[in-house]
Amino acid sequence: MIAIETILHRLQRGSQTMSYPAGAAPALPDRHGGALRVDASKCAEGCKACVEVCPTHAITRPPGGTASLDLGRCIFCAACVETCPAKAITKTGDYRLAVRRREDLVLGQPGGEELRLAAALDGKLRRLFGRSLRLRVVSAGGCGGCEADTNVLGTIGWDLGRFGIQFVASPRHADGLLITGCVSKNMELALKKAWDAVPEPKIVIAVGACAIAGGPFVGHPQILNGAASIVPIDLFIPGCPPHPLTILDGLLRLLGRLGEERAK
Amino acid sequence: MSSSTPFALLANATSLPWLDVPQWPVKDFVRRTATELDRGARLCAWFGVPESAGARLVAVIAFDADNTLAVASSAPLDGSYPALTPTHPQAHLFEREVWEQHGLNPAGHPWLKPVRKNKGDAPTNREFFRVEGREIHEVAVGPIHAGVIEPGHFRFQCHGEEVLHLEIALGYQHRGIEEALANGPHLATMSQMETIGGDATIGHATSYAMVLEALAGAEAPLRAQWLRAVALELERLANHTGDLGALAGDVAFLPASAACGKLRGDFLNLTAVISGNRYGRGLIRPGGCRHDLEPPRANELEEKLRGALADVDEAAGWLWESNSVRSRFEGTGPVFTEQATALGLVGVAARASGLVRDVRFDHPAGWHRFGQVPVAVWPGGDVFARAKVRWLEIQRSGKFLKEQLAAPPEGEIRAENGPLAPDTLAVALVEGWRGEICHAALTDEQGRFRRYKITDPSFHNWIGLALAMRGQAISDFPICNKSFNLSYCGFDL
Repeated sequence: MIAIETILHRLQRGSQTMSYPAGAAPALPDRHGGALRVDASKCAEGCKACVEVCPTHAITRPPGGTASLDLGRCIFCAACVETCPAKAITKTGDYRLAVRRREDLVLGQPGGEELRLAAALDGKLRRLFGRSLRLRVVSAGGCGGCEADTNVLGTIGWDLGRFGIQFVASPRHADGLLITGCVSKNMELALKKAWDAVPEPKIVIAVGACAIAGGPFVGHPQILNGAASIVPIDLFIPGCPPHPLTILDGLLRLLGRLGEERAK
Repeated sequence: MSSSTPFALLANATSLPWLDVPQWPVKDFVRRTATELDRGARLCAWFGVPESAGARLVAVIAFDADNTLAVASSAPLDGSYPALTPTHPQAHLFEREVWEQHGLNPAGHPWLKPVRKNKGDAPTNREFFRVEGREIHEVAVGPIHAGVIEPGHFRFQCHGEEVLHLEIALGYQHRGIEEALANGPHLATMSQMETIGGDATIGHATSYAMVLEALAGAEAPLRAQWLRAVALELERLANHTGDLGALAGDVAFLPASAACGKLRGDFLNLTAVISGNRYGRGLIRPGGCRHDLEPPRANELEEKLRGALADVDEAAGWLWESNSVRSRFEGTGPVFTEQATALGLVGVAARASGLVRDVRFDHPAGWHRFGQVPVAVWPGGDVFARAKVRWLEIQRSGKFLKEQLAAPPEGEIRAENGPLAPDTLAVALVEGWRGEICHAALTDEQGRFRRYKITDPSFHNWIGLALAMRGQAISDFPICNKSFNLSYCGFDL
């Protein structure tokens, strides 16, 4: 009975996997806002309104300088967007947020108003991982949000397996680590052991504000403010948590699996 | 029952002057707390307040049947006091925590170990309880687990397949949230409240907002309270649906697993319709809500909700009709009613052991004073019961949401929350999807936090999972674990 019903149901529904990246990306919720853009040339003289409302100190403004926003620290609460009298910080609605270099997350200066999106792995690494990437996830001192939105990529709607990307149980079976969480001191040893157990060559992907810079807990003595002090990071995916689409975009971008990357 | 208690009474989401909280010598305090627990009260929180020398103990207890909370405190003490745990096991972790945080030694505690502190390499790794014998073996799992999940350590004592004892050691996610709250609230406090447990953002954020409103002597506008209640049930729907899918996956029943995995995301996307964030971050603020649910948005939400509920109905139907699922769920991982009572279990785990225990019903605050969700209870205490309670709650939350979306209150969504009263204690309970979330705050003479205590439902319930595993096959651990689906980060703070 059950078997027949479920088979019929499957036939009726057909494939529920989204057409992205061949087709259009699913729309972000309208209030999501996506990536932020900072045009610091609009900053009023001496104004520090955004600096004062930022819960993670992601925005700085040195005396005489202009505001600079570190999207690695940002938890996308948009308090700065609401506060800025000059509309220097705006939402772009763009789901693409992943970068390869930490400094590419810092916005504000002329030419650096927006993120410098990640380039694909090159040469040998891309040949090795481009069509098959196995990742060991290490959750190290977060809230479980990034884990949940990474996990969701395995569901039928996203079907991460179609890209040859898979989360594996052992670091010995992995090509790299996907790290979430601000890296609590209590997870430091476990993270080091997991990293050491992954065979060379290997990569690290930091997902979420915590893994990049400590997230909402930045500065607490119980944490290491992200994974960078333990492992070298090859891909930064900001957000709190990043939307699943943002995570998938980052992974595909890194592997050179997006059409726009191939076209270049 | 509660009218004769020497404790000071207070309703959920209200405050009282610290001077009105009775203070007794610690022996009397422990004895009187024991007396109240013996006549049906339940320990919601038990914590220390630092004093110039030592600390003071505070107990927040609930008289569920009388719909009231009660508090009392001890005189300041240093060193040791007679433990409550030997006679009242529900205090076991609280007393370990107080020992870790304030150095107060609960004399007679049967298993005094750290709760979450770093002891050099990994937390809490003092000697584990060991079963000795030639045919006994030990299985150690974690902190890193096989799946995409949070870290924790499980130590099993086994005889063949049979688990004789499971000890759970946590603390790996410890981010110092409570410590950082001293002298708060700070700029980052609201964001930290939203990330105590990422899947319970609405529950914890609501508790925090209600504590701050109680301290300010204010209340959020009704429309904001309504929207919080709507968001809380959406959070419950997403997580319960995900749990049913995960349970189905663990017994290799893939149709329901695949469908529920996707539907969980559909419910999260409904929360994102309100706030832009799938977990509701940025929605709840002291004094109200940051986003409104305007009529067109409410219509969109309701339409998508109906579709998702119909799909869950179908997917869950396969689950309940399948004999193979029933045979794997029934009788697996039982927690008996007496055990659940003695351990002070809360939420789904308590209700699946036959206990009628639900903050929305027992201690209605906010919108739950006006709109009720019937309590879902199932006897048996096994995996089947915990799955069944989730299914009942999915249906009842769905019905509640349809009713609420049809009749929204009008008005403002946010009001200014004034300064916090000095030297005042406030307590707010919220029935999160896992169970009772308790936040308690005590302010100093400036109205800053002198002490802020967070109790996630997982703090009460992890011991339930350990007990459920006794006498079970170790191969049934995943399904038992999923049937509780407790929070590591909510526990670790």
